[in-house]
Amino acid sequence: MEIAGAKVLFEIPILGGIRITETTVVGWGVLVFLVVLVRFFTSRIEKIPKGKQVLAEMYVNFIYGQVESVAGKRALKIAPYVGTIFLVSITSSLSALVGVRPPTVDINTTAAWSLVTFGLIAATKIKAHGFFGHLKEYLNPLNIIDVLALPVSMALRHFSNILSGYILMELIGALLAFCSSKLFGVLGSYFPVLKIGIPAAFSVYFDLFGSFIQAFVFIMLTMVFVGMASEKDEEHKNI
Amino acid sequence: MAIDQAVVMGASALGAGVAMFGCFGAGMGQGYATGKAVEAVARQPEARSAVTSTLIMGLAFAETTCLYGFVIAILLIFANPFTKDLVG
Repeated sequence: MEIAGAKVLFEIPILGGIRITETTVVGWGVLVFLVVLVRFFTSRIEKIPKGKQVLAEMYVNFIYGQVESVAGKRALKIAPYVGTIFLVSITSSLSALVGVRPPTVDINTTAAWSLVTFGLIAATKIKAHGFFGHLKEYLNPLNIIDVLALPVSMALRHFSNILSGYILMELIGALLAFCSSKLFGVLGSYFPVLKIGIPAAFSVYFDLFGSFIQAFVFIMLTMVFVGMASEKDEEHKNI
Repeated sequence: MAIDQAVVMGASALGAGVAMFGCFGAGMGQGYATGKAVEAVARQPEARSAVTSTLIMGLAFAETTCLYGFVIAILLIFANPFTKDLVG
């Protein structure tokens, strides 16, 4: 057993070498899977929904309802982004279930997402207060730290939650392989009998539960902060 | 093994242990939050689903502080930045 960063698979020799890691490749797989899934769910759309179209509409309604209740009507425009990031986050984290290294175990992935959210918050602020009005906030130096800490903490939260689940699953797997080789001798070391089924029970908490919660927390934070940023000054004083 | 390498590795292992002290606060916070949620459900059983979803969100936030420490510990053990300078 070895715990290390994502393996570099190959390097594109332009711009001083762009490294294509396991994370990138699995990320592409996740995107392809999602495109196929969405194409499947939205093919043959009818006025009166039935079958798979009902599921797709339920998801869209759920996301729009969440955005409206958490971020407010003014921020309803971010709903497509929120829905996309939720799906991508869940699918990336759950890709651990098919045995590949999930893209969210790399801080680059979550940092990229939180930077997008950071840009979204800044854009919303500029839209609500005007460019110079939004600069007024930075007169207080503590606010600068507050603003800059947000993407860092969002990226670290998602990354570390999935990472801890991943490492624990690796450790449990190594332990079960060791136990089966001790219990069943040579047979066990070639074919780790105990690794069948038992890790699935742990995986329910560490992979399934954690993935859903972290994806939900991520979109929740996005909605809350964009909602706060979209408030005009006079509303802001009431809080 | 050179003595300076041994000192750096030992100190890193101790540091990883100390970093996990963050779990103390996270555990206390989670226990407190869960206790309050149980009180709320006992007082108002019809609000169970709302309380539960809020509780899960809050627990996820509380857990994060512990996981920051966990990341530091993992870095110190599996990806130690200090031993690299010594080997060369």
